[in-house]
Amino acid sequence: MLHWIDSRLGVASWARSGLRKIFPDHWSFLLGEVALFCLVVLVLTGVFLTLFYIPDAELVVYEGSYAPLVGHEVSRAYASVLDLSFEVRAGLVMRQIHHWAALVFVAAITVHLMRVFFTGAFRRPREINWLVGIGLLLLSLAMGITGYSLPDDLLSGTGLRIIYSAVIGIPIIGPYLAFLLFGGEFPTETIISRLFVFHVMLFPALLIGGVLVHLAILWRQKHTQWAVPGATERNVVGRPFWPSQVFKSTGLLLLTSAVLAFMGGVVQINPIWTYGPFDPNTVSAPAQPDWYVGWLDGALRLFPPVEFTVLGITIPTVFVPAIVIPGIAFAIMTLWPFIEPRLTGDHDEHHILERPRDNALRTSIGVAGLLVFVVLTVAGGNDVAALVLNVPVETTTELLRIGFFVVPLAGFAVTYRICRELQRRTDVADPRRPVRLRRTATGGFEEVEQGPGR
Amino acid sequence: MSAERGIQALLAASMLASLALGVVYFTGIGGAPLEGILLTVALGGVGGAIVVWAIALMHGPPETEPREPLYSGEETHEAVGEALDLESITRRRFLVRMLAGAGTLLAAALVLPAFSLGPRPERELFETGWRRGLRLVGDDGEPIRAADVAVEQVATVFPEGAVGRPDSGTMLIRLRPSDLQLDPERQAWAPDGFVAYSKLCTHAGCPVGLYRAEDRVLICPCHQSTFDVTRGAMPVFGPAARPLPQLPLEIDDQGYLVAAGEFSAPVGPSFWNLTHDQEPAEPAGEG
Repeated sequence: MLHWIDSRLGVASWARSGLRKIFPDHWSFLLGEVALFCLVVLVLTGVFLTLFYIPDAELVVYEGSYAPLVGHEVSRAYASVLDLSFEVRAGLVMRQIHHWAALVFVAAITVHLMRVFFTGAFRRPREINWLVGIGLLLLSLAMGITGYSLPDDLLSGTGLRIIYSAVIGIPIIGPYLAFLLFGGEFPTETIISRLFVFHVMLFPALLIGGVLVHLAILWRQKHTQWAVPGATERNVVGRPFWPSQVFKSTGLLLLTSAVLAFMGGVVQINPIWTYGPFDPNTVSAPAQPDWYVGWLDGALRLFPPVEFTVLGITIPTVFVPAIVIPGIAFAIMTLWPFIEPRLTGDHDEHHILERPRDNALRTSIGVAGLLVFVVLTVAGGNDVAALVLNVPVETTTELLRIGFFVVPLAGFAVTYRICRELQRRTDVADPRRPVRLRRTATGGFEEVEQGPGR
Repeated sequence: MSAERGIQALLAASMLASLALGVVYFTGIGGAPLEGILLTVALGGVGGAIVVWAIALMHGPPETEPREPLYSGEETHEAVGEALDLESITRRRFLVRMLAGAGTLLAAALVLPAFSLGPRPERELFETGWRRGLRLVGDDGEPIRAADVAVEQVATVFPEGAVGRPDSGTMLIRLRPSDLQLDPERQAWAPDGFVAYSKLCTHAGCPVGLYRAEDRVLICPCHQSTFDVTRGAMPVFGPAARPLPQLPLEIDDQGYLVAAGEFSAPVGPSFWNLTHDQEPAEPAGEG
């Protein structure tokens, strides 16, 4: 077999070194793998769903087995998702696994990104792969938003409307761009079939291509590693790709799928039959989007009612929270591997990771950014928070407006202090710190002074 | 030895779950929860088995391999430069410039079909289904007689002949005339205390469907923008900056509510040229 393939493709020596390739071992290096395996589940369940879903906004009379909607006019798209949920055997579990996998996918990417950020794994020579990763994050968000909108239910229709409002609010080009994207003034008949093409063709092609590039660069550059015994900047310490890593990763693929199957089977998600079909003149309240969009909705809710007209150009109130703030957030994140060396002057190559405490400034900035995200996400549920706390929504909104500034600053200061304190303690009193001892003439022990560094 | 037993048990559990999945599928009993749980066992059994296998049965100390430098060295770079030999191309300057020009124009030409994706916005964003003289109808299409509406009553209305038109949904509220504090030029828009405002929020376009009677405000459920209906739907809380456009009303000879003109401003979310409307809606006057 090997003989047959190798005499045609000449891959035996590549396979030999590939199978022996060493991968550093640490639980935090598996987070990106979880994202990859969610993508596998998404592709498999997604193909199944695609075979039943009908991307058509035309109205039909629903005649399926969900009694409360029988006889109602719904779009063919909405009806096809109801059929998928109620008539197609194993359809509901596939749909729910797909939705849960999407939520976990974005979550795993986010946690993986945090791991890479807080340990400095993005530093030279890995800036390019950081950029690829940011592109994958954006694509996964685009996949989430387009997929969320396909069932054509009331909740997702409201989400689309808000996106339309954000696009139309871009100065000068907004109305033209919105009409190009949506095919006219919202709501349009074409938008569902367009979202479908983006969700099942363009974005997946880019996403899968991007993932392959991401992995190829990782393979070429070799993984970063912790400062474990024997690890240096010039070597890789770990386990070989075959069999250890292949077994562990395949196991992780199956275990990730198992968790998603459990959630998809047992925990109901996006029951569109309770939301009802999209109707441009009604809306449900309270309405919350999927978790990774909540921060944008929160920004929209917190931003003060400021709208002004300069030289005949109106800057709509949605423009700053919906376009400018996310734009700045993603710009800083994207450029961080190039910003940090300017702050620290460190342009060296690094393959040994830093613990978060080792770089107090980066860690504090990261925590502050994370807290901005958290405050805005909470703000995306300011009405729910008001309901739970039994206070007027005005109160939660005002508190969150203050929190938007105070919480990240406080988080920055506290994190900086903690990092510094941990650094000091590691330097002086870490009981696990290796020391060299010398037996003294009187029978006691004394520590041999060593140079700086761990 | 016990690790091997554990792996055997996990694989056996997985096999049983896979077989059970077949039974569940072909008999149609169970539904999503049972399918999900069996799938969990089937996948998790194999997954757990090989993870235990890797951890318990693949021993040996960590291995080390060298990390070769990525940088190939100056010599190689020079060789690449020679292989590229850009000079042989760039010295034909005129051809290079023409090539760049042709490429740019070709790219522009290839982008053109993208403009087929949507119409150019003309008057759509400034217009709705409302015209002077059109009756207000409910979502059943029936016209609304002023005398049939009680004070403090709220209804979603449309222009007759355009029920459900997305940009024309309107909130009709009847208040006591003495409760209204409209601008002088809008006094005539609210006969017998009837006021009508666009249902599309001026923030992000959601339907402003909640009416809080205690302080007479309309609230958008999406982002909690709040509009005072007694004062021309001025925003009093939340992110919306523009009042909801008001529809001037009058009552016709037969006692039905009719539009006395178009909305006072473009409806829905703001856009950059919303103040550029060529035909601003004029107050209805006394007609």
